[in-house]
Amino acid sequence: MTEQAPIVIVGTGLAGYSLAREMRKLDKEQPIIMVTADDGVSYSKPMLSTGFTKGKDANGLAQASTDTMAEQLNIELRTFATVTGIDTEAKALLLGEERLEYSKLVLAWGADVIRLSIDGDGFEHVFSINDLLDYRAFRKALAGGKRVAIMGAGLIGCEFANDLRNGGYEVDVIAPSDVVMPGLLPEPAAAAVQHELENLGARFHLETVVERIDRAEQGVTLTLANGEYVHADLVISAVGLRPRTELARAAGIETGRGITVNRALETSAQDVYALGDCAEVDGHVLLYVLPLMACARALAKTLIGERTEVKYGTMPVMIKTPCCPTAVCPPAPEADGEWHVEAEGSDVKALFRSPEGEVLGFAVTGRFAMEKQALSKEVPPLHQ
Amino acid sequence: MKKWQCVVCGLIYDEAEGWPEDGIVPGTKWEDVPEDWVCPDCGVGKEDFEMIEIG
Repeated sequence: MTEQAPIVIVGTGLAGYSLAREMRKLDKEQPIIMVTADDGVSYSKPMLSTGFTKGKDANGLAQASTDTMAEQLNIELRTFATVTGIDTEAKALLLGEERLEYSKLVLAWGADVIRLSIDGDGFEHVFSINDLLDYRAFRKALAGGKRVAIMGAGLIGCEFANDLRNGGYEVDVIAPSDVVMPGLLPEPAAAAVQHELENLGARFHLETVVERIDRAEQGVTLTLANGEYVHADLVISAVGLRPRTELARAAGIETGRGITVNRALETSAQDVYALGDCAEVDGHVLLYVLPLMACARALAKTLIGERTEVKYGTMPVMIKTPCCPTAVCPPAPEADGEWHVEAEGSDVKALFRSPEGEVLGFAVTGRFAMEKQALSKEVPPLHQ
Repeated sequence: MKKWQCVVCGLIYDEAEGWPEDGIVPGTKWEDVPEDWVCPDCGVGKEDFEMIEIG
């Protein structure tokens, strides 16, 4: 029986569907079952912060229906199915009462948003946008509103700030850091993005946090630790993501910051693999598109026959702030060197150079963003 | 002339239009687009584009 069991993929986000697509390039017939907790509609998560700029609502951002995906990829899709456990001994995925046997299991179930616990009675107006269903709910709740407060000034907070301004909304961004995208952008590049977002009309409240969110006559009032008040119709919480690891850990699978896998995307359990936002690949937790696509291609080969290790190249991150186009390729945390910055207004070119002068990372904004490809070629790949 | 779409962000490369910003002249067939060309919107490579029906 077991040798005929299908390959089961949990998750139909960019990771799951990209893997299935890559597998189908290699093998048209291998039975594949995909299991998802949501509706299985295909969409690209990075695009959720571009809806207003591109004039698309939740339906517009959907790329293909569940039926279309099932047909195109020749897969069986189980939607609104909640995984309750994994029996790695018997090689079965537990969906409540049901046991779904697998020959190989792939965990591609993504990351959870971090939710802050904040005082006040306005929590119903606080939204986290982690998938298309969340986005749909957010757009519905926003209808008729004009003012949005964003908690968090990371990549997602900044992208939504830009997108909502493009949509004509008033935007207030509140974050404890003293710069935007701390840890991702060097300070001069961060300052450029913030400056251009401010020119676009976004208001920043940095080095402070939201202490209370209370219902108001219209929308909510946010009380900030610095004594300010922000009035908004709706609040977006964009304070970070945490790879989903609980079910894996409960099944005895090794986890760290994410589900621990080697470069062949193998977990500590036989025939169980992980990729995407839930995985810690060879020590790296990279919640971005390029690593995910590289993993999907390598894993497809492994699952279809030939064990293949992923090779991470140089993977710049594009930050979708059209008011200040930005690309960054952060140097490794332990890299030795320093930033060299060339700046003209909001056009910033920051290069992280080793003592020998080698470029180990970069951040480019404004007109310098066009140089991202050329610079990427200079940066050594993550995996040599 | 065919069109190719980035599976990640939906950007469309139209062979008829090329991508002049990156020096790819109108009429450039997909196979003649340099292998290291990447999606201008999201940065994925050529292998993450799929041919789409001519609209």
